[in-house]
Amino acid sequence: MSKQIDSTLADHPVDGARRDFIKQSAAATGAALASGVLLYTGDATAKPIDEPISARQRWGILVDTTKCADGCNDCVTACGKENGWSNVEHDPRPKTDAQWIRTVEIRNKLTGSEHSLPLMCQHCENPPCADVCPTGASFRREDGIVLVDKHICIGCRYCMMACPYKARSFVHEAIENQIPYAPRGKGTVESCTMCVHRVDDDRDPACVEACNHKALVFGDLKDPNSEISKQMRTHTTKELRADLGLNTGVRYKGL
Amino acid sequence: MKKVEYLEIEGNSRGFWTLAGILGLIAAFGLGAAYTMEHAGHWITGMSNQVIWGTPHVFAVFLIVAASGALNIASMGTVFNRHVYQPLGRLSSLLAIALLVGGLIVLVLDLGRPDRLIVAMTTYNFKSIFAWNVILYTGFIAITGVYLWFQMDRTMGKYYKIAGYAAFVWRLILTTGTGAIFGFIVARDAFDSAIYPPMFIINSFAYGMAFFILVLFAAYKWTGRPLGDKIVNRLRNMLGVFVAAAFYFLAVYHLTGLYHTERHGIEAFILRDGGIYTKLFWVGQVIIGMLIPMAIVWCPRPRNSRAMIAAASTLVILGGLSQMYVTLIGGQAYPLNIFPGYEVVGSSFFDAGVNEYSPSLFEVMLGIGGIAIAMLAVTFGVKILRFLPTDLSDKVVDPHHTKEASA
Repeated sequence: MSKQIDSTLADHPVDGARRDFIKQSAAATGAALASGVLLYTGDATAKPIDEPISARQRWGILVDTTKCADGCNDCVTACGKENGWSNVEHDPRPKTDAQWIRTVEIRNKLTGSEHSLPLMCQHCENPPCADVCPTGASFRREDGIVLVDKHICIGCRYCMMACPYKARSFVHEAIENQIPYAPRGKGTVESCTMCVHRVDDDRDPACVEACNHKALVFGDLKDPNSEISKQMRTHTTKELRADLGLNTGVRYKGL
Repeated sequence: MKKVEYLEIEGNSRGFWTLAGILGLIAAFGLGAAYTMEHAGHWITGMSNQVIWGTPHVFAVFLIVAASGALNIASMGTVFNRHVYQPLGRLSSLLAIALLVGGLIVLVLDLGRPDRLIVAMTTYNFKSIFAWNVILYTGFIAITGVYLWFQMDRTMGKYYKIAGYAAFVWRLILTTGTGAIFGFIVARDAFDSAIYPPMFIINSFAYGMAFFILVLFAAYKWTGRPLGDKIVNRLRNMLGVFVAAAFYFLAVYHLTGLYHTERHGIEAFILRDGGIYTKLFWVGQVIIGMLIPMAIVWCPRPRNSRAMIAAASTLVILGGLSQMYVTLIGGQAYPLNIFPGYEVVGSSFFDAGVNEYSPSLFEVMLGIGGIAIAMLAVTFGVKILRFLPTDLSDKVVDPHHTKEASA
């Protein structure tokens, strides 16, 4: 039997061109499938801890000012507690104490309509703070989060001069009882990190989690299926100082 | 023109040591203030998260701008071949380096982390004009140092011109960089303008000349060396021209702001409603710093008095400090326009209204300390090396005077 088969095979020599075609087709199909799998794994979830940060995500926060309640300060309180900037040992010194996020009440000059909203680092795509920083301590992660490298910040405060949102604070005095995942340092500049330690752990920033009015939505601006993208597709949203062309990661609805 | 002789000053008199002692004391107070500020943290100063740069920056930027202007006299001699200024080239270069060092010391000691100066000098973000300035400042000291060496060492005479040109070009780039620190800030209405670099260059001419005249007068008066009217009149006239040019740039800057509707707020603040900033602008910057000095140097009677020329120079310096205060602190006191079309009615972070600032004694001491350090460097410089010509009387400095005399 085997002899017969062998002879049959011998009678029909291998068609090299056809085999090559099949190989190439298989490879192409595999590559196409693999890229699909890659695209799929790049969905809204945060990256695994052993992978470098990539530009596959662009993290953002949408603030719905129509839901933001007057007098509510939950997001600010949560941020201060999470990152330790509100645990000051001394008497409050509002002018020099750090504020990573604040609530601002504004009134339209023409219509008189009033809004209350949280204001923090807007995580610009083209951050002026990072442009002006002499040492590169201010930088933007690939996924859009703007941070300060506390090890090379020299405390020149040029970034604070350059930020259009006054989102940064200078640490004016010594700090005690620091929180390990949110290191701070006297003489350096700091601002909202979008709770990068939480984001890398696939959790929402503290302010978003604390908002009982569901006025804050966190997510991946590059993922069309994320809640933030869906909302931004259906509603008109605004970036603050859009005239500066900074393409902020924080957007406002209802202004 | 006679051969110019240079000689160290004796520097053993009671007057010399009194001057050195006073300057040393002021410098020591300045350093002590910096130490206190760094130790306690910046909360003890008038600076805050709203007014980020304070009085130390006013002095630091003023000194850095004046430094490049002080090199003007040397450039006039070397680059523009005005032989009459060549005897003053050494002092001009020394003063330029000293003022820059004084300014940089103030700037560095006000950093949140001055101990990380080495980081600033080794880790660069080349998109930052501040990073470029670090290179421009150190380069200025190096290039002017070499230029000074070639001026003093006759064996290097053939390279003297090249060094002079290099220093001249470098100083223009340096002040462009200093002005661009403000010009490149897009966020604030008072800044964000391409006029800042050329305006700072023109200002530097005036401030540097004012410093130079005062140092020259003091050095020649206190050492009893002759200083003729020819050179003094030329310096006086140049001071007037530079102040007039600075006035022109200031007028253009504000006229542009008055034309642009979006800048009406900041213009109204500086020119009319800004309280201390408005007063400093009109009285300090314009009247004391520009109009009175121009009147002194060009009106027939006062212009022939050395005391009045010295007074005009002092007023230009006071006007320059006022200008820096109005530019730097006034520009920050005016609130950011984060929500165009809206007014801020409530904020825990001082978003509504003008930001308050009053300088602390520490800041003022550090700033004045920077001037003292610069003057101390010049005082000992002229004692140690041959910076000053023994004679700057008319017959020495003016070629025509010599021709007439020999004819």
